[in-house]
Amino acid sequence: MTTTTLKEPVRGSSTGAAAPEQRRRPGRIRRIGLPYLLLLPALLLELLVHLVPMVIGIVMSFKELTQFYIRDWGTAPWTGFGNYSVSVDFDAPVGKALLHSFFVTVGFTLLSVGLCWLIGTTAAIYMQDTFRGRGLLRALFLVPYALPVYAAVITWVFMFQHDNGLVNHVLHDQLHLTDKRSFWLIGDNSFWALLITHVWKGWPFAFLIVMAGLQNIPKELYEAAALDGAGMLQQIRRITLPSLRPVNQVLVLVLFLWTFNDFNTPYVLFGKAAPEAADLISVHIYQASFVTWNFGTGSAMSVLLLLFLLVVTGVYLVFTSRGRRTGDV
Amino acid sequence: MSDARVSKSPMAPPSSFLWSRRIFLTLLTGFVLIPVYVMVSSSLKPLADVTGKFRWLPSGLTIRPYIDIWSTVPLAKYFMNSLIVAVSATVCSVVVAVFAAYAVSRYNFRGKRVFTVTVLSTQMFPGILFLLPLFLLYVNIGNATGIALFGSRGGLILTYLTFSLPFSIWMLIGYFDSVPRDLDEAALVDGCGPLGALFRIVVPAAIPGIVAVAVYAFMTAWGEVLFASVMTNDTTRTLAVGLQGYSTLNDVYWNQIMAASLVVSVPVVAGFLLLQRYLVAGLTAGAVK
Repeated sequence: MTTTTLKEPVRGSSTGAAAPEQRRRPGRIRRIGLPYLLLLPALLLELLVHLVPMVIGIVMSFKELTQFYIRDWGTAPWTGFGNYSVSVDFDAPVGKALLHSFFVTVGFTLLSVGLCWLIGTTAAIYMQDTFRGRGLLRALFLVPYALPVYAAVITWVFMFQHDNGLVNHVLHDQLHLTDKRSFWLIGDNSFWALLITHVWKGWPFAFLIVMAGLQNIPKELYEAAALDGAGMLQQIRRITLPSLRPVNQVLVLVLFLWTFNDFNTPYVLFGKAAPEAADLISVHIYQASFVTWNFGTGSAMSVLLLLFLLVVTGVYLVFTSRGRRTGDV
Repeated sequence: MSDARVSKSPMAPPSSFLWSRRIFLTLLTGFVLIPVYVMVSSSLKPLADVTGKFRWLPSGLTIRPYIDIWSTVPLAKYFMNSLIVAVSATVCSVVVAVFAAYAVSRYNFRGKRVFTVTVLSTQMFPGILFLLPLFLLYVNIGNATGIALFGSRGGLILTYLTFSLPFSIWMLIGYFDSVPRDLDEAALVDGCGPLGALFRIVVPAAIPGIVAVAVYAFMTAWGEVLFASVMTNDTTRTLAVGLQGYSTLNDVYWNQIMAASLVVSVPVVAGFLLLQRYLVAGLTAGAVK
C-alpha cells in the first residue's frame, strides 16, 4: 500500500550550483515550503473531517453523553471507562447484543470477502483472453458496482418481498422448493439476503482490481511457460496467482475493511432496525447512538471497533508481507 | 507502465477450459442481470403487476411510473441536491488531490511518509466512528460561528470530498510518477514556475488518471447513505435518503421505486461505463502497480 519509494533528487544540480547566492536562498525556501503548501488543503480537510472528529470521538467515549448534553457536549460528566465496561459486559443486555453483532459481522465479512474475491478473480482470469463479446460482458459485470448503493439494494428489497418478490416466486411458485413463502428481510434468512445483496454489489470491485492487476503481468512469462509445456491450470497456478499477490494483499484488506464497516447495504435493506441475524456492527452502533441518543456508549463501541480493525490490519500486514518476502526468494 | 498486455497465450486453451468458462460466465451473467431486469421491467409495469404475485413479463407496458415519480416525492429537488453536492465534492476533491499528489510525487520533504500513511489509514476508519463527532462538530461550529455546516449542502460537500480524497491522492501519485520528470524539468528551465509545470505538463499528461479519480469521487458522493441520512434536512435531502420516501407511504409503489432507481442510476452508470477504460488504465498504472 505504500507508494513512498524514495525519489532521486530531482533538481538542484542543474539550477542550484551555478546560481548566485542571493538568488538561491529564496528559491530554496520556496522549494522547501512549496510541498507543504500543496499538501495544506488536503491536510486541513483530513484534519477537519477525520482526525479531529476521531479525537473528539475518543474523548466522547469517556463521557456520559446523553441527549441532554448534545447542544454543549463539553459539559457532559466524565465517566472514566464506564461506557467501555457497559459495552464489554457480556452478561448484561448491551454487551451481549454487541458481542452478538460482532460475531454476525465477522461471519458476514469472511463469507462476503471470500465470495467477492473468488468470483471477481475467477471472472477476471476467464476474461483474460480476448473472445467475442468480452467488452460487452465486462461492461455488464461492472454495472452492479456502478449503481448507487441505494438503487441496487432497493431492487433487492423488492426481490426479497414476501408476497410480490421474485425470490419467493421462483423458489415457491415455480420450483416448489419451499412449502410456503419465506420471509427474507426478517428472521434468520435476513443474513443470507444481506450476503447475497452485498456480494452482488461487491464482487465487481474485486473483478476490476484483479483485471487491472492482470494487465501488468508480462506476456513473455506465459509464452515462456507455454514453451516449457505448462498447461492452462499450471500457468494460472504458477504465474497468474503469484503475480497477483501484491494486488491481492491490498484488495483483500480493502474488501475486509469496507465490508466490516459497511452501513449502507444493511441500512437500505432493513431500515433503521436490522433483524438480529443480520445485525452488522455499524448499524448496531448507529442504533445504540441515534435511536437511544446515547452517544457516549456509541462512541466507546466505535473506538473498540477501530482498535479491533487496527489490530487485525496490523497482524494481516505483518503476516502477508513476511509471507510475500519469503515467497519471492 | 509497460505496454505488455496479456492477450492470447500462444497455446490454444483446452476445450475443458472453454466449457468451464462458458458455464461460469453464463451463470454470472444471470446473477448480474436478474436484478437489472427486475429493475427495468418493473419500472414499466402497471401498479397491479407489482403489488400482486411477481410476474416475469408485464401484463402491459406503461410509462406512467416515470411520470408519477416526480410528484409522489419531490424527486427533482433531491436530484438537484445530489447533483450539486456530488459535482462540487468531485471538483474540490480532484483539485485538492492533484496538489497533494504533485507534492508527494515530485518533492522530497520531511513527513512525507507520515502524510501518505495517515491519509491512507483514514480509509480504515469506520464511518460510524466519526459520524457522531462530526455531527457534534458541525452543530457546534454552527452555534459558534453561524456557518451552517450541519444540515447544509456545504457540510455534506466537505464530508464527501474527504471520502474520496485518500484513494484519489494514492492513485494520482502513481499516475504522476509515470509522467517523465524530464518534461517538467524542461518546463522549469523554460521559466515556468512549479505550478506552471504542474498545470501545463503534468496534469495534461495525467488526464486519464484524473478522469478516473473524478469518476470515483462522483460515485462516492452520489451513493453515500449514512452521512446523508443524518446530515440533511427537508430542503437539502439527497437522493440516497429521498428515495426511501416511496416506501414509507401507505401503498408501496414498487413500479415507481424501480423507475426512480433507474432514473437516478442512469447518470452514474452511463458515466462509469463510458469512462471505465480510464479507471482500469489508472488502476493499472497507479494503484495496483
